[in-house]
Amino acid sequence: MPLTRDQITRRAAAELRDGFIVNLGIGMPTLVANHIPPGMDVWLQSENGLLGIGPFPKDSEVDPDLINAGKQTITARAGASYFSSADSFAMIRGGHIDMCILGAMQVSQDGDIANWMIPGKMVKGMGGAMDLVAGVKKIVVTMEHNAKDGGAKVVRACSLPLTGQRCVTMLITDLCVMHMDPARQRFVLTEVAPGVTVDEVKAKTEAEIVVAPDVRPVAV
Amino acid sequence: MSITKRCASPADAFKDLAAQGVIRDGMTVMVGGFGLCGIPEHLIIALRDTGLKGLTCISNNAGVDDWGLGLLLQTRQIRKMISSYVGENATFEKQFLSGELEVEFNPQGTLAERIRAGGAGIPAFYTATGVGTPVAAGKEIREFYRPADDTRHQNRTPAATAGTFEQMAPRVGPRAPDAPRRREYVLETGLYADLALVKAWRADEFGNLVYRKTARNFNPMMATAAAFVIAEVEEVVPTGTLDPDGIHTPGSYVDRLVRTVSEKRIEQRTVSKA
Repeated sequence: MPLTRDQITRRAAAELRDGFIVNLGIGMPTLVANHIPPGMDVWLQSENGLLGIGPFPKDSEVDPDLINAGKQTITARAGASYFSSADSFAMIRGGHIDMCILGAMQVSQDGDIANWMIPGKMVKGMGGAMDLVAGVKKIVVTMEHNAKDGGAKVVRACSLPLTGQRCVTMLITDLCVMHMDPARQRFVLTEVAPGVTVDEVKAKTEAEIVVAPDVRPVAV
Repeated sequence: MSITKRCASPADAFKDLAAQGVIRDGMTVMVGGFGLCGIPEHLIIALRDTGLKGLTCISNNAGVDDWGLGLLLQTRQIRKMISSYVGENATFEKQFLSGELEVEFNPQGTLAERIRAGGAGIPAFYTATGVGTPVAAGKEIREFYRPADDTRHQNRTPAATAGTFEQMAPRVGPRAPDAPRRREYVLETGLYADLALVKAWRADEFGNLVYRKTARNFNPMMATAAAFVIAEVEEVVPTGTLDPDGIHTPGSYVDRLVRTVSEKRIEQRTVSKA
């Protein structure tokens, strides 16, 4: 059975460590916040100028001056700080964020990512995605393994315009988990979704990948 | 008699600026805000009412159809946008697809830094953001050694923890395994505008500004990066009342001030279910 979005984000949350400073992309990655292990102190950064995102507000607490990068109303946790966009991206580009989780349209076998434009379609812009993939220490991509038409999204080379080059450290899809091996510059398949075989993953992947000697089921 | 930069109304804040040559058709204007958060909403309306045309707007976003910079799109006063994300804006999309509106997308951090650099008198800087993407097309690329680089990038030896970013001579042939780590950076230029419209929470009569929560965003850099700066604020207090340690934008950057009652529209009202 392929993993659900909830299970994908739960697996991504297992990468969090106590004290991590983390930026979560818009969409599925936002759900990772629901799976932070109890007792673990993780600080969520919002690139519009907040370190220490809290839960969504109660109706009476809604403040138009306090939003996240997805423009949703939020709260700030105790110990939070506000800063300008220049300071926020200094934090991102200067390597001061431990981990970023974001979605992708394509990931290449050597870790390129494309997630901001499809030629011929209306382009809305890259927002902070290019800064995040260029500057954050660990880049975790969560996405469906294949496109809706079944086409490969884990490819030899991205056909879409890139967001960043050789920057993805880990890939979590509905079928499997793969880690970038810096020495080989290829993803290593380490975990498969329950009931999914290594052969099925390989058949649905265009990229050249390495299969770990001890592939395990994804713990969900 | 101490200085006051306070104007009676948003329209008054634009008074005589055309005669003084500060504002004109075809000028470049920076507008603060992230989405609809921290936008100078009444100054945008006053800018619309000047009737100026052919504007280049530097702003992270382009408002929504009927609010923020969307108002100036409706009246076709904007010729070009320099932004990082334009979101859901039907007017924008229509004018962009018909070729009426030119758009230059910048990565958000590059946009923020270009404005900061412009305000600080820095003509250009190198950044890793955008290398290998359409953003870097036609721009100069140089390789630098980066101290304390992280280890996620392939083929990097463990990081030195301190030192200088050093420019590397162009590489000839394959990399030796023990060679210093190097990385490609793209040259980006600073931005400077004719006019900046910013939104702050509190000001004093001199123009010292304090922003509130995430409504700060692009406003502090924009206040430094234009020939003329107008600030829209929610409260003006006597000079000397604000704590000097808590001022975000020193008053010297601000030319005029106007107090308004902000509508503060919310794009994505999201509340907890509990």
